[in-house]
Amino acid sequence: MLAATVRVTRDLDLAEECVQDAFAKALLTWATDGVPRNPGAWLTTTARNRALDLVRREATLRGKLPLLIEPPGEPEHDPFPDDRLRLIFTCCHPAIAPEAQVALSLRLLCGLSTAEVARAFLVTEPTMAARITRAKKKIAAARIPYRVPSAADLPVRVDAVLAALHLLFTTGHTAPDGDELVRHDLVSRALELTRMLHSLLPLPEVTGLLALVVLTDARRAGRVDASGRLLLLEDQDRARWDKRAIAEGVALVRVALQAGPPGRFALQAAIAAVHADALRSEDTDWAEIVALYGLLEAQWPSPVVRLNRAVAVGFASGPATGLAALEVLASEPALATYHYLPAARADFLRQLGRVEEARHAYGEALLLCTNRAERGFLTARLTSLSGHDYRRNL
Amino acid sequence: MSQYLVLIYGDPTYEAGSSDDVMKGHMVFGEQNAAAIAGGNALQPTTTATSVRPDGAGFTVTDGPFVETKEALGGYYLIEAADLDEAISISKGIPMPGGGVEIRPVVVFE
Repeated sequence: MLAATVRVTRDLDLAEECVQDAFAKALLTWATDGVPRNPGAWLTTTARNRALDLVRREATLRGKLPLLIEPPGEPEHDPFPDDRLRLIFTCCHPAIAPEAQVALSLRLLCGLSTAEVARAFLVTEPTMAARITRAKKKIAAARIPYRVPSAADLPVRVDAVLAALHLLFTTGHTAPDGDELVRHDLVSRALELTRMLHSLLPLPEVTGLLALVVLTDARRAGRVDASGRLLLLEDQDRARWDKRAIAEGVALVRVALQAGPPGRFALQAAIAAVHADALRSEDTDWAEIVALYGLLEAQWPSPVVRLNRAVAVGFASGPATGLAALEVLASEPALATYHYLPAARADFLRQLGRVEEARHAYGEALLLCTNRAERGFLTARLTSLSGHDYRRNL
Repeated sequence: MSQYLVLIYGDPTYEAGSSDDVMKGHMVFGEQNAAAIAGGNALQPTTTATSVRPDGAGFTVTDGPFVETKEALGGYYLIEAADLDEAISISKGIPMPGGGVEIRPVVVFE
């Protein structure tokens, strides 16, 4: 509804006002005339008409009416007629800061209030209001178009949209800080937006991201125990995984992989599918996972991918080999404050019986980790390694 | 149509006219985008810059650019484009050795 109205106003604030006007009018009209057969369409038409009125009035004032108005019912040769798709590309334009892209998408595509978006990012409402206002001003001042990009630009621009949606999902999947491991609200929104994008633009990488989100989220119920403590993949009760979501995700991975050389999200989804495929942890095909991480690293040479590959190597070929693979990453500056690196080292050291070094590494991980559920897990591991209070050793 | 000022930032030691390839690049860019270019100039290097700041009573005049940066402003184009995407697409044709460009929408006073 908002998306359809922006198309007329070309101004996000004005469009939001028109939508609110339409709701206000509905309260009055529906009370006397009854609710129309299609309330959504009624609201959209009312908001668009209101927008047309305002834009026409303004345009007449400025004497450039024909320039600004896109008349309703124009001939449509647009291969992407859905207004929400235009709005996604506007919100996730690379000229807008990544956090603001996500915030704008939540505000304008999911209809969250500024207060709700602020809560989602754990910032104050004025801070979020300022961030959103700044992004909207940039859209208006720099004339960021409200349009699906040309075929030549589409791949790069779709990547930007996918990156924003993935950022939203990962922020929810393992909250950067706070008490909860998972922010269910953010995960649901990410799923909703990715599904929307996939239904409008079913490109292989979009299918790949949807598969990744669906498969990762399928494990949601198994990730913590009854008391909210984090469980590793190997310790999770796989009966609690969502079988229907896994089936859906695996089917999506197949589609994404058949479409040609797989992109990074399709490969990550394939890795998630291999995990989901193992009924017991010990049935996991780690060799396959190492191979998939190899492909992923070739495509997306990020230190975090190399870390994950090293961990998979440890599971496939034993903790000593895994530890050796991790040592290579020790000098990587991008991982210097990343708690998963010392946590992974600690786990391999523990398996090798090198207790003293393992304790030291768990302590290092604890210094870097800010999520309470993850901290609880690391503390438990550390305590299990020593008969006395570990804190004396820190 | 909107106007965008495209500021070209690059190696501060580069002097306009000192590199044939870069100049050739600008000629090609100019020919290909003649309709969109509303203006533009190359600037003398930052060693020739003079900064003037009000200091309460009058002005302080100092040698050097306003801000010392790794990449210095070396020139600009004023271009006309329908929207930011078009401005970005045009700007990609500008020679930018050792730097890049900054695209700024021009304010229209009504």
